[in-house]
Amino acid sequence: MMRNLLSIDDLTREDIERILSRAHSFAQVSGREIKKVPTLRGRTVINLFYESSTRTSSSFELAAKRLSADLVNIKSVGSSVDKGESLKDTVQTLSAYDPTAIVIRSPHAGAANLVARWTTASVINAGDGKHEHPTQALLDLYTLRGRRPQIEGTKIWIVGDVMHSRVARSNVLAFTRMGAEVTVCGPPTLIPRDFESLGCDVRYSLDGIEEADVVYALRMQMERMTGSYVPSLREYAARFQIDSRRLAPHQLLMHPGPVNRGVELAAEVIDSPQALIVQQVESGVVVRMAVLYELLAAGNAPSPVPAHTEPQPA
Amino acid sequence: MTEKVVLDSEGFSRTLRRIAHEVVEKAGGERIAMVGIHRRGAVIAKRLRELVEELADCPVPLGDLDISFYRDDLTLRSEQPEVHDTHIDFPIDGITVILVDDVLYTGRTVRAAIDSLFDYGRPQRVQLAVLADRGHRELPFRADYVGKNLPTARSERVNVRVEEIDGMDEVTISERAEVHT
Repeated sequence: MMRNLLSIDDLTREDIERILSRAHSFAQVSGREIKKVPTLRGRTVINLFYESSTRTSSSFELAAKRLSADLVNIKSVGSSVDKGESLKDTVQTLSAYDPTAIVIRSPHAGAANLVARWTTASVINAGDGKHEHPTQALLDLYTLRGRRPQIEGTKIWIVGDVMHSRVARSNVLAFTRMGAEVTVCGPPTLIPRDFESLGCDVRYSLDGIEEADVVYALRMQMERMTGSYVPSLREYAARFQIDSRRLAPHQLLMHPGPVNRGVELAAEVIDSPQALIVQQVESGVVVRMAVLYELLAAGNAPSPVPAHTEPQPA
Repeated sequence: MTEKVVLDSEGFSRTLRRIAHEVVEKAGGERIAMVGIHRRGAVIAKRLRELVEELADCPVPLGDLDISFYRDDLTLRSEQPEVHDTHIDFPIDGITVILVDDVLYTGRTVRAAIDSLFDYGRPQRVQLAVLADRGHRELPFRADYVGKNLPTARSERVNVRVEEIDGMDEVTISERAEVHT
């Protein structure tokens, strides 16, 4: 029984299929008027965000609430972290709330692993530095399967700032685990050496992108770039921007958001019917509900175990 | 593990037909709908609906329900239950909804089903139809329509098999294997 989700590597293909199928059931719950189920009633989930986020934090919040859990949002800015409280002390302080799960986003790789050592709560990695973002990879798979049921053998190109992208790393692992053929593409300064060891192909120009079924564009991570990785954003756009010339009509377009309009994507493709960007955001809630359900729906009972422990009879 | 057949294929059909007659009789012309509880309850509901529609000569909306998210024993199980889709694509306000399941035992599934159903609307009345009632209720529920009453011991296991899933229709009783949580 899985306790934490720290990396896509923690999941087998079977685990992924099961989570995606559950997400589908949660999508049906989200389609009704009462979008809530009592499954995690009485459990406490803590969102611990040391980095800014709109999508991830709000979708985890909504996911927890739709499962009837109690949610506490802690952003580092405006908390005692401003006073210099360390991650370890923060986690130990929070254990006073007896959380069932801690969702952690941090600018430091490995933060989620550290948190997992300091708490008995389930730990979900919501993005740790440039390392991984497993729930993003899951929601991307879910979104893609909604449009293209057969992932096996699908050719996916991941284009852009791979070096600074935790989404790229989790996605390469997740897509290849599901049998897709992945190519990463970008300027050589933005693709780490030996990236092929993750199981993908590496290209340094968009030549050949016509063979892709899916183009996954990454955001130029301006906030993480301290050196001159590209001569200018204009030159990056000239060589790597996905626009209507480079994106064929049969290709699907994905992007983890937020989009730098005019940089990695041209406006006309963002708003085209080939783009799954909005659906990706929509998938976020149901996939995260499925992840919370997967980790929390067995173990850590909020109340004493009753006299007879026979599992569900009818 | 010896299994004792308590309802064979023919008995199965006869029982469903009899339940269908009872449903039509009790409904007395009011609007009814059926919702089957996954997994085999949904299969039985589909068949029952066909029989009732034939007898009553009017359409009966059919839905199916997965109660996994409403269970009260999630923390006690070592494995997670498989979750199926739920389809209730018609309004349930103000009508009689007949929940259909294969076996009625402690009543916890019925409790979960009713909670789930009420998140879809406010039915005027909820009734319960089961193929087999094996006793040992832990909650105060009873079925309105019962196919067969099966007094059983807790150590026994009731097996309902349906053509659509198991390749045949039958109900058997066997000794339960070692229970593990």
